[in-house]
Formats: sequence, structure tokens, C-alpha cells
Amino acid sequence: MRSVGWREFVITRLIRAAGYSSILFVGMIFIFLLREGAPAVVEIPFDTLFSERWYPIEDYFGILPLIGGSILVTIGAAVVAVPIGLATAIFIAEVAPRWLREILKPFVELLGGLPSVLLGFLGILVMAPLIRTTLNIPTGLTAFTGSLLLGGIAIPTIVSVAEDALDAVPRTYRDAALAMGATEWQTIWRVTLPAARSGVLTAIMLGIGRALGETMTVMMVTGNAPVLPLSPMALFEPARTMTATIAAEMGEVANGSVHYHSLFLIGIVLFLISLVINLAAASVVFRQRKRAERVLS
Amino acid sequence: MISEIPTPTPEMMPDASITPKIVVKDLQVVYSDGNESLRGINLVIPERAITVLFGPAGGGKSTFLRTLNRLNDLADVAEVSGHIWLDDVDILDSQIDTIALRRRVGIVFARPVVLPMSIRQNITYGLELAGERRASHLDEAVERSLKAAALWEEVHDRLNDPAVALSGGQQQRLCLARVLALEPEIILLDEPTSGLDPISTGKVELSLQELKQRYTIVLVPHSIQQAARVSDFAGFFLNGELVEYAPGKRIFTHPQDQRTEDYIEGRFG
Repeated sequence: MRSVGWREFVITRLIRAAGYSSILFVGMIFIFLLREGAPAVVEIPFDTLFSERWYPIEDYFGILPLIGGSILVTIGAAVVAVPIGLATAIFIAEVAPRWLREILKPFVELLGGLPSVLLGFLGILVMAPLIRTTLNIPTGLTAFTGSLLLGGIAIPTIVSVAEDALDAVPRTYRDAALAMGATEWQTIWRVTLPAARSGVLTAIMLGIGRALGETMTVMMVTGNAPVLPLSPMALFEPARTMTATIAAEMGEVANGSVHYHSLFLIGIVLFLISLVINLAAASVVFRQRKRAERVLS
Repeated sequence: MISEIPTPTPEMMPDASITPKIVVKDLQVVYSDGNESLRGINLVIPERAITVLFGPAGGGKSTFLRTLNRLNDLADVAEVSGHIWLDDVDILDSQIDTIALRRRVGIVFARPVVLPMSIRQNITYGLELAGERRASHLDEAVERSLKAAALWEEVHDRLNDPAVALSGGQQQRLCLARVLALEPEIILLDEPTSGLDPISTGKVELSLQELKQRYTIVLVPHSIQQAARVSDFAGFFLNGELVEYAPGKRIFTHPQDQRTEDYIEGRFG
């Protein structure tokens, strides 16, 4: 009996430690980022930091073009990925016959596991020339190209999570709606989707987070020109994202220099943006859960 | 329609004096995993009466109900053959409008399934799908159907509350009200009281007795006692076959078939 109690003690402690460690890691990463990035705020004058020019060799540290580039490419990716991803999820979960579903779901998940550098190849060799010639613009390495590819990267995430959420809606809901004379589409739109809303929102947020954090593909296909996007036409010009900047420049920066600190500052901004996205998603889900709890009590 | 309605043979009729509402001929349903669920069912369901289909689990009762409003279309059914005439329409014809059919043939499931909406919306949803937009008509339908399902007294002052807040028995009566709001001709009930307490069960059974004045009701009961209590006519389903079909009073007191007798007396099942 004693040995069982002892084992129990160790196992529960281990599990608890593993659970808390995720909080610890996030905290440590943030502290590390702060320590390395905060000096940049002191070292770089504010008007330089919020200028439109990023050219660190000549001490121009304007981060706005990079933030703008990330936002532009991410919004573009969301516009591509959310409708297609949701439509695919609905098709797999609700419309496709079982045998097709068994084929489609693993394929979509395989697509999600594809190394993004391969998609970068595809972008450089196939999409960029295609976009250059069809749109008749000087270069095919644009924010638009990045958006399309990032959309492609976000789609499997959205499909996989949203499909799980739709699949979790009880079969009986559908039967009830159909039995009341709803068409298949009315059932999906008015009953199944609302019932799966929190999971579907999570899927969208995860997809957007995936697009925002993606580095390799955007570095390869967006042209990497740090230009602040001011009009929608900027979509068809080269852009540079925060992630690509960090990845491209970190390797050749002098440790402890102003440039080094500024890259970590970009990291902090990136961290905060994804934090905001996650909090937004969590608050929507939380609000809904609270309503459901109130209803059930 | 391609096929003519046959004159029902005496074996298909529970009683010679009834007016047929549904005529089922040689109905056979095979699931895609090869399981034969119904093997050649022949029966006539009379109008404005409660017809009870009872028997052990897996006998095909639910499959039969779900075939009557083509809900099985979406399940893994490999093959449906035979004919089901509702009045003079063969509803197994692939050309028929299943949406319209499901409005004529409503169903209440074993576990209450309220949609994630308010009490009122649960009832108006089906009507809105059918194109009804006039608020006065919808209000009238909500009150009428809730009264018919014996739920009006309990919920009339909180129609905009979420329907999931209702108790299980209330939810099941809401499901019944939802079906009644569409003014179907036939109501199918698949063990509608299996999750309910005896008092709620009593309320549902009482409203069924009222409803049979106007509707054709087909019920799969959750116990033989319930079958005996509510049935005008009763059919015994065993392994996908209709063993015996007769007026309820007779089948539960003087079953003709040995298997029916064994089941009723609790020797198996």
C-alpha cells in the first residue's frame, strides 16, 4: 500500500509540473524577449522607431513597414484561407460520403504537415512567374504571392480544427432540423454551424496565428522590401514581414548591438499581436461557455 | 405514379373496419454493412389512431419509422425496396420532394433534441423554413402547438428563454410541439418517453390521446406496458419481420403467435 501511495505522489506531482511548465515557458520566453528587446526602446529615438524606413545598417529602425507587411500578408492569407477552409471543413464533415471523408481528412492533415520551405519553392518557381505575367507587374515576389501561399498553409489548420468541431455536433441535431423540413444547406447554416461556433472560431484564430507566425515561405516569396503598405495596391508590391526580418537578419547581427536589440523588439511586437489574437478567440469562446453554463444551471 | 396502390390483403390490416392512411408493401431495407434491417414488411396504418410498433431492440422499428419520412436517406442505407403509399403517393419514389414529405410526416426522437435557440424559435423555425413570415401566424402557431403538447401552462411566460434550460420532460414536449406547429398529417414517435419520469410520461401519453382525434400517430413505445396503454393497433416486430399485427386490445390479451405471446409475457427480449 505504501509503495502505491508513493507512486501516486510522484506521478501527480510530475503531471502537475508538466502542466505548469507551459506557463513557465511562456513567461520565460517573454522575460527573455523583454531583456533583449527592451534596450532598443532606449537606444532608438521614438521618431526613428515609428518612421517608415527600415535600413539598420544606416541606423534607420522604423518598424512600421514590418508590422504593416505582416498585417497585410496575414489579412490577405485570412481572406484566402477562411472561406476555403470553412467550405472544405463543411464539405468533409457534412456533405462528403464516408469513403471520401476517410480519404480527404488524412490528405488535408498531410498538407498541414508539409514543410513550408517546399511551398516556398512552389511560390518562387511557379506562382511568382505566373503572377508577374498575368498581372503584368514588375515582379512576382509580392505580398499577394505571400498571402496566397500563407492562405494555403493556414487552410489545413482551419479545416482540421473546424471539421472536428462540426463533427462533434450531435447527429440528432441534424436529424431534428431535417425532420422539420430543413434542407441540407439550411441545416448546416442554421443549426450545425451555430452549434459548432466556438470550435469554428478557434479554427479561424489558429489558422490566422499560423499565417502570422509563418517565416520561411514569406521570406522566399514576398520580395522582402520593407515598404509601409498604405494603399490596397501595396498587395501587388513586395513587402516584408516581421518574421522574415528576424530570420533574415538575426544571423549576421552583432550580439548586443542596437540592431540586435531592435530585432528582439520586433519579436516582442509579434508576441503581443499573437497574444491579442489568442485572447480575442478565448474571450469569444469563454463568453459563449458562460452563456451555456447559465442556461444549464 | 408508376405503381398502383394494391388492395390491402386482410393480413396487412390490423382490423377490417379501418381507413388506410399508409400502405406498406414488401418493404425491405438493407444497411451498407450488409445487415438486413427490414425483410418484407407489409402493413396498413390506419388514419386518426395510435399504431404502436413494439418488439425487442434491433427488430427494425426505428428503421421503419425513419423510412416513413425518408430520414434514412442520409444514413448508411444501401438498399431500400418495396413501396410505401402515403394516401396515393409512393414516398419511396426517388422523384418525390422529401422536404415536403417531412413536413407532412413529423418525427419525435427518443432523446429530446431541442435546437440551440429560444423556446419560441424552436417552434417557429420549421414554419420559417416553410416560408411563413407573418408574426401573427407564428404567434398563433406557438400557442396552439404548445397547448396541444400540454406545455403552454409551464412556459407561456418565458418563451424567449433558451430551450435547453427546460427539463427533460419539457424538452420532449417542446419537440412534440415543434412537430405539431408544422401541422403534419402523421406524427412518428420513436420511444418519446424513454428519458422521462412517470409524470412527464403521463402528460405526453395524455396529449397523444387528444392528438389522435386529428392526426395519424405511429409510436414505438419504450415498454410493453406503454404499448398496451396507448395503442389502438399494435404490430410486433422481431428481427426485421412483422410477426403479428392486430388491434391493441386483442394482441396484448390474446396474441395469436407464440413468439408474440412469449415476448409479451416476458420470456425473452
